[in-house]
Amino acid sequence: MPDAIDTTHPRPAAPADPDREFTVEERSQAQLVLRRFLQHRAAMVSLVVLVLLVLLAYVVGPLWRYDVGQITPDNSAPPSLAHPFGTDAVGKDQFAQVLGGTRTSLQVSVMVALLATFVGTLWGSIAGYFGGWVDTIMMRIADLVLTLPLIAVAAMLAHNLGGTWYLIGLVIAGLYWAYVSRVARGVVLSLREKEFIEAARALGASNTRIIVRHLVPNALGSILVNLTILVALAILLETALSYLGFGVQVPDTSLGLLVNEAQTALTTRPWLFYFPGLFIIIIALTINFIGDGLRDAFDPQQTKVRQ
Amino acid sequence: MTDQQTGPEILRVSGLTVTFPSGDGPVRAVRGVDYTLHRGEVLGIVGESGSGKSVTSLAVMGLLPPTAQVEGTIRFDGVDLLAASEDELTRVRGERIAMIFQDPMTSLNPVYTVGYQIAEAVLAHRDVSKAAARERAIELLGTVRIPNPDQRVDSYPHELSGGMRQRVVIAIAMANDPDVIIADEPTTALDVTVQAQVMEALAAAQRATGAAMVLITHDLGVIAGQADRVMVMYAGKPVEVGGVEDIFYTPRMPYTLGLLGSLPRLDRPAERLTPIPGSPPSVVNMPPGCPFTPRCPLSSEVCREVEPELVGVEDAAGTSGDGHRAACHHSSQLAGAAAGEVFDAGGGEDLTGHGAAPADPTALTGEAGR
Amino acid sequence: MSSTTEATTRSTSAPTLLSVRHLVKEFPIRSGGLFRRRAGAVQAVSDVSFDIAEGETLGLVGESGCGKSTLARVALNLIPATAGEVRFGDREITALSPGRMRSLRREMQLVFQDPYASLDPRMPVNELIAEPLRIHGLYGADGRDRVRELMSTVGLKPEHGNRYAHEFSGGQRQRIGIARALALHPKLIVLDEPVSALDVSIQAGVLNLLQELQAERGLSYLFVSHDLSVVRHIADRIAVMYLGKIVETGPASSLFSAPGHPYTHALISAIPLPDPRRERARERITVIGDLPNPADPPSGCRFRTRCPKFAHELSADQQQTCTDEEPALTDRGTGHPVACHFAQARALL
Repeated sequence: MPDAIDTTHPRPAAPADPDREFTVEERSQAQLVLRRFLQHRAAMVSLVVLVLLVLLAYVVGPLWRYDVGQITPDNSAPPSLAHPFGTDAVGKDQFAQVLGGTRTSLQVSVMVALLATFVGTLWGSIAGYFGGWVDTIMMRIADLVLTLPLIAVAAMLAHNLGGTWYLIGLVIAGLYWAYVSRVARGVVLSLREKEFIEAARALGASNTRIIVRHLVPNALGSILVNLTILVALAILLETALSYLGFGVQVPDTSLGLLVNEAQTALTTRPWLFYFPGLFIIIIALTINFIGDGLRDAFDPQQTKVRQ
Repeated sequence: MTDQQTGPEILRVSGLTVTFPSGDGPVRAVRGVDYTLHRGEVLGIVGESGSGKSVTSLAVMGLLPPTAQVEGTIRFDGVDLLAASEDELTRVRGERIAMIFQDPMTSLNPVYTVGYQIAEAVLAHRDVSKAAARERAIELLGTVRIPNPDQRVDSYPHELSGGMRQRVVIAIAMANDPDVIIADEPTTALDVTVQAQVMEALAAAQRATGAAMVLITHDLGVIAGQADRVMVMYAGKPVEVGGVEDIFYTPRMPYTLGLLGSLPRLDRPAERLTPIPGSPPSVVNMPPGCPFTPRCPLSSEVCREVEPELVGVEDAAGTSGDGHRAACHHSSQLAGAAAGEVFDAGGGEDLTGHGAAPADPTALTGEAGR
Repeated sequence: MSSTTEATTRSTSAPTLLSVRHLVKEFPIRSGGLFRRRAGAVQAVSDVSFDIAEGETLGLVGESGCGKSTLARVALNLIPATAGEVRFGDREITALSPGRMRSLRREMQLVFQDPYASLDPRMPVNELIAEPLRIHGLYGADGRDRVRELMSTVGLKPEHGNRYAHEFSGGQRQRIGIARALALHPKLIVLDEPVSALDVSIQAGVLNLLQELQAERGLSYLFVSHDLSVVRHIADRIAVMYLGKIVETGPASSLFSAPGHPYTHALISAIPLPDPRRERARERITVIGDLPNPADPPSGCRFRTRCPKFAHELSADQQQTCTDEEPALTDRGTGHPVACHFAQARALL
């Protein structure tokens, strides 16, 4: 846009090009973020798909004529109107199973992502912001967690704690937060040296305010991207645990468990394998795109929307 | 000193335009530059960020990115550089036209000694022995006044201070006795006392080689001290050209006058500065007419419609002989005027929030940011 | 060290706002390796004293590495002093608790050199300007109006409040920085190279704005810059720093008409004048070589290794004095204090 009519020089000759003057309504930051998110096509499509999936799992699921684990007279039936996703060898309706598994998997992965991100971000930010001994001690602890053989420890803990979904989530989050803390610390370390942090301190801002208002919003992009990766990782780890028999226990089910149960039937009853697999992919993809959209929405310098 | 008539013509740039494609439309970074350079003379090019002063010189060196559309002619010693093959260009570049950039750290290779880098420049264009090239390197380091050149020749760039590094860059530029030295903000990154030393070294280099020099800078003080002729650029075009004294003592384009009036002066007690209102235009989708119109106190109807040509002006003393030209419909009104009378001293800067600068893609084209 | 209380005499009779005495700031140099042992220290600020009166501008001039920006930050207690005292009004601030210091920050503000880096890229302009008000609990029902008012005070359009800093030009961004500093009605603003990142035609507007604000509000400025012309334009008094020390200080007029320190001579003569005839007729005094390692400054006078006077004019005995004795900052007949054993006023302009 062409620039700069000096309004202190109102002389008759001054050009009065209306395009050069424009007023925009003041908007709050939240509104601006929302607007940019709404303009992110991939994120919006993903959000719609994910919302539909969640509605399917939580609204349609309980209303469906079969419950999770309920045995129907038809066994090994291919997809039909009565059984949209077919049935397995004992006659369980795969549509009900997949919706039930989706619920469990979503709950586990969202819980892991939120918990590990919250703890890890807090841990890493504090270590990075204060530095010195605080940093050394906190990060050694995180390193210790990182050295644990993930699957073995998770399997052992999950086995001892039992197979309910929130305990599985707790176990996975208890191991993944350390990854997040390393990422968060790196981000904070680079932000801490930025001049606008010093500027805030010069204005008299407290540590809390600097962390909440400046560090976190600027670190949000990396943290959100990380969060979306965590969701995918959590689903995979939950799948692995279920495969080893240490995850969610029957009669509960999860997408991972369903994939595992179906792998022996891949050639004879492929629908048992493909539908839970498809749901895992859809969840992981949509959450990734939403993460992208959020990151772009929070970054005011991002002028071009990612394709 | 203004019309110190110098040697024969060595470089003639005519009708030079440079356009970069961008998402917001073509960026016309240079919109028609003409100048001639004679052997032994120093042409100062002044302008603010985005004025196209650096792009002009990169075009002469053939160093613009391939996306740039360059038109016009650049005649160097009879050869049109824009039509020349890459081979011909390589022979001219470095040997006959040398360039000095703002940041000496990025123009020196950190893994070779400075002596090696100077010798390399010599060997690239001359068939001499390595020992002779090294001798030449030591001699050049002495010319740019580096103490103990026979020891310094084995230093790595990181072992030298910024000022010393810039002298090494000057020594490399001099290595083949070029006919033209283009110095793009050669002292901007340096401290003032070091700047004075480096400027002296550069002037010594220019005298020693007898080369013509194009000195690009935003610092009017450096121009006043070094240049024989001055070209003031604004929004991709020269808006005033003349002998150094014409430009400083009898500016005839409001922009030049405004620049001079907005400088705090070391040699005068504090007086109110007269800022130029507004900020430079974006060179994307420029409106017709004189690009300075929105900031100009003299602007009238004609300014908004017709972009003025660079035409000769008659000075108050009647001495317009040495080619003092200005691009302004109202340049006659400026004869003898002071900045404070033309610009309202109370005027604030950029009262609108349009912020052309960040949207301005010329920022990507090597225009010096300070 | 016997320097300096008299170094701070002022031309104005206004009460003193900021008083810095024998301020020292050392940065440890740590060895590499696991334990990062302290291997030495760099004195970035070495026994510096100065005063700033209410409504006055003190210009602090020096080249990169002289410690001027560190001094400004230590004077604001943004980084802790190693030794010495800083009095703001009637309080000694170097020993204040962080909480007490935070509330005092309302009265002392800082404007940064780089208006890009010092503004949080994630905040729109009205939030940036509201931030100081929010921090100190002053963003009440009229907060929005105050922000709008501040924007017009510094010459920005209030309608552009919800844009981000990167959408503005350099000069406008610096105005945002100034509006932030003004929001709390401070008494002192420290300006750290506020115009050196700006184009000349823009710089003049910001300088004028600063002068207007000072006249309207009786502000005191500590104006840190490497550019003597800018400092001469805006400062009432000037202090010249070299390698952590003030080498010469005095009213702007006297410092420029009768500079006494060889370093000041070199600084003044190094700045090119935008006036071809005068520029080409000037006497040039150039310093020798490069800045010595600040971790190991020369004995006696710190400037002697680069001093043209030491090299070309002094006798061996006199040179010995420079090597052995650190020159105190006192008036040696130039009308203002100079830290040079052989200070001599010279007309250079």
